[in-house]
Amino acid sequence: MAIDIETARKVAKLARIAIDDNDLPRVASELSGILSFMEQLNELDVSGIEPMTSVTPMELKRRQDQITDGNQQSSVLANAPENKEGFFVVPKVVE
Amino acid sequence: MTELIELTIEEARAGLREKKFSAVELTKACLKSVGEAKELNAVVHDTSELAIKQASNADQILSKGMGESLCGIPIGVKDLFCTKGVLTQAGSHILNGFKPEYESTITKQLWDSGAVMVGKLNMDEFAMGSSNETSTYGNAINPWQEVNDSRKLVPGGSSGGSAAAVSADLCLGAIGTDTGGSIRQPAAFVGITGLKPTYGRCSRWGVVAFASSLDQAGPMTKSVRDAAILLKTMSGHDEKDSTSADLPVPDFESFLTGDIKGKKIGIPREYRLDGMSNEIEELWSDGMKMLEEAGAEIIDISLPHTKFALPVYYVVAPAEASSNLARYDGVRFGHRAELSLGDGITEMYEKTRAEGFGDEVKRRVMIGTYVLSAGFYDAYYNRARKVRTLIKNDFEAVFNQNIDAILTPSTPSSAFAIGEMENVDPVQMYLNDIFTVPVNLAGLPGISVPVRLDKNGLPLGLQLIGKPWEEGDMLNIAYSLEKSASFDAKPKKWW
Repeated sequence: MAIDIETARKVAKLARIAIDDNDLPRVASELSGILSFMEQLNELDVSGIEPMTSVTPMELKRRQDQITDGNQQSSVLANAPENKEGFFVVPKVVE
Repeated sequence: MTELIELTIEEARAGLREKKFSAVELTKACLKSVGEAKELNAVVHDTSELAIKQASNADQILSKGMGESLCGIPIGVKDLFCTKGVLTQAGSHILNGFKPEYESTITKQLWDSGAVMVGKLNMDEFAMGSSNETSTYGNAINPWQEVNDSRKLVPGGSSGGSAAAVSADLCLGAIGTDTGGSIRQPAAFVGITGLKPTYGRCSRWGVVAFASSLDQAGPMTKSVRDAAILLKTMSGHDEKDSTSADLPVPDFESFLTGDIKGKKIGIPREYRLDGMSNEIEELWSDGMKMLEEAGAEIIDISLPHTKFALPVYYVVAPAEASSNLARYDGVRFGHRAELSLGDGITEMYEKTRAEGFGDEVKRRVMIGTYVLSAGFYDAYYNRARKVRTLIKNDFEAVFNQNIDAILTPSTPSSAFAIGEMENVDPVQMYLNDIFTVPVNLAGLPGISVPVRLDKNGLPLGLQLIGKPWEEGDMLNIAYSLEKSASFDAKPKKWW
């Protein structure tokens, strides 16, 4: 299935990547190319096949529901582009 | 005497114990070599101060007659591994200035065993690439060049810096990661050994995530034995990664007897591609002969769903990447875009990600977003996961027929020139991983061993694929192949 410019715009929006209008035709055509490569998968009958969820059959480990870590505010904030009084700072979210 | 930087891990381990040289001397030799190799752009973050400190500590331990195999051994680390207080950017602008507050489990295990960090190594951005041409630090360069041709070649990718660093003797060994071939393909392009372990053998904790069901770290070394030594220290269960297997870690080195009599080696007919070059065909049949002469039995096998591996990979890996890379939002770490008046949080996300990600990463995040979006999830993502089951079943079927390992070429060609793939469509670049991708999809161990030089004087490698958790047996077959091939060529120093 080919991706048109409107679909490319929508996908970029969903992926939260700003793309200039002038670049949309190029992006749409690249994405279409990759998707058409994937069309081969339609040659196969996959009815009755389980989708793979884990490459190695293993039971997920469990542990006690206990706090094992914490009190690391300064470490958590150390790499933030902007922080103030122990919080991450972001642009205004609600009007 | 061989120069210190040219030693294998095995030789250095012996030399340190015989007091022929100290860990500090060995480390200084590597750091000098790094300093002379700026043109290769393999090392992107200098850790020389730390390295000297680690080496002096190692010397103290060694002087007491103690220390594990890696004690005092200079190792290079792909920029994908979080290293405490040391820049870790996954080759991306979006992680500009990121200094983790914690150490990845694998690197912690290395430093705990006395290994020395020579530097952080170049890579494709977020490990997405097969040529190390998508890095924010610029291209890493292959130490090899064609005979009578000084064009700069790619070292492969995504672990291109690791490959270049080991091949050019900047470190004795390196660690890389492999999602679709990112250890084995660059290893083949520079004439070294590269091993991807069984999925779950090594902890992924603290390794910047690309595609979580495929990513696995592994060693890149000058010999098969070195790969066995390094893998042992990297392996083991980790409470912080629930997908790391709670299985004992064998002493991989003890498997290296070189005796492969009676081993059954499968040759998958589907890997014989249309248009495969004669050179790759010959390389492959020579490999078969070498194993046969060592006493193995060569058996024709079929992996019928092979041709679907790349399309499956390019659905599953971008889908997982789009989810994993959602965390780069300009809030908690790395780059944040300058905002215009009136911009809200959505504009901050969109501008930050537009500036921070390179083209290939954007492409894959968008493909992943598309195949996971409402209306297409079943048609693409679920279908790909079902075909992935079929690919894994193919391998299980041959291993159930008592095949011990599978032999294939590592790559469809030798290293290509920088920029050579620039104007072809992205799918052409993806074809580089045609022999390596199925191994990740099935979670199996694989190893690339250098075998010979092609007509232009560039290295070519063969890949062995092993049974799950049987890296030891796979390493032994690789060891036999290594002995028969006796590849000892080195790149001619031009840098």
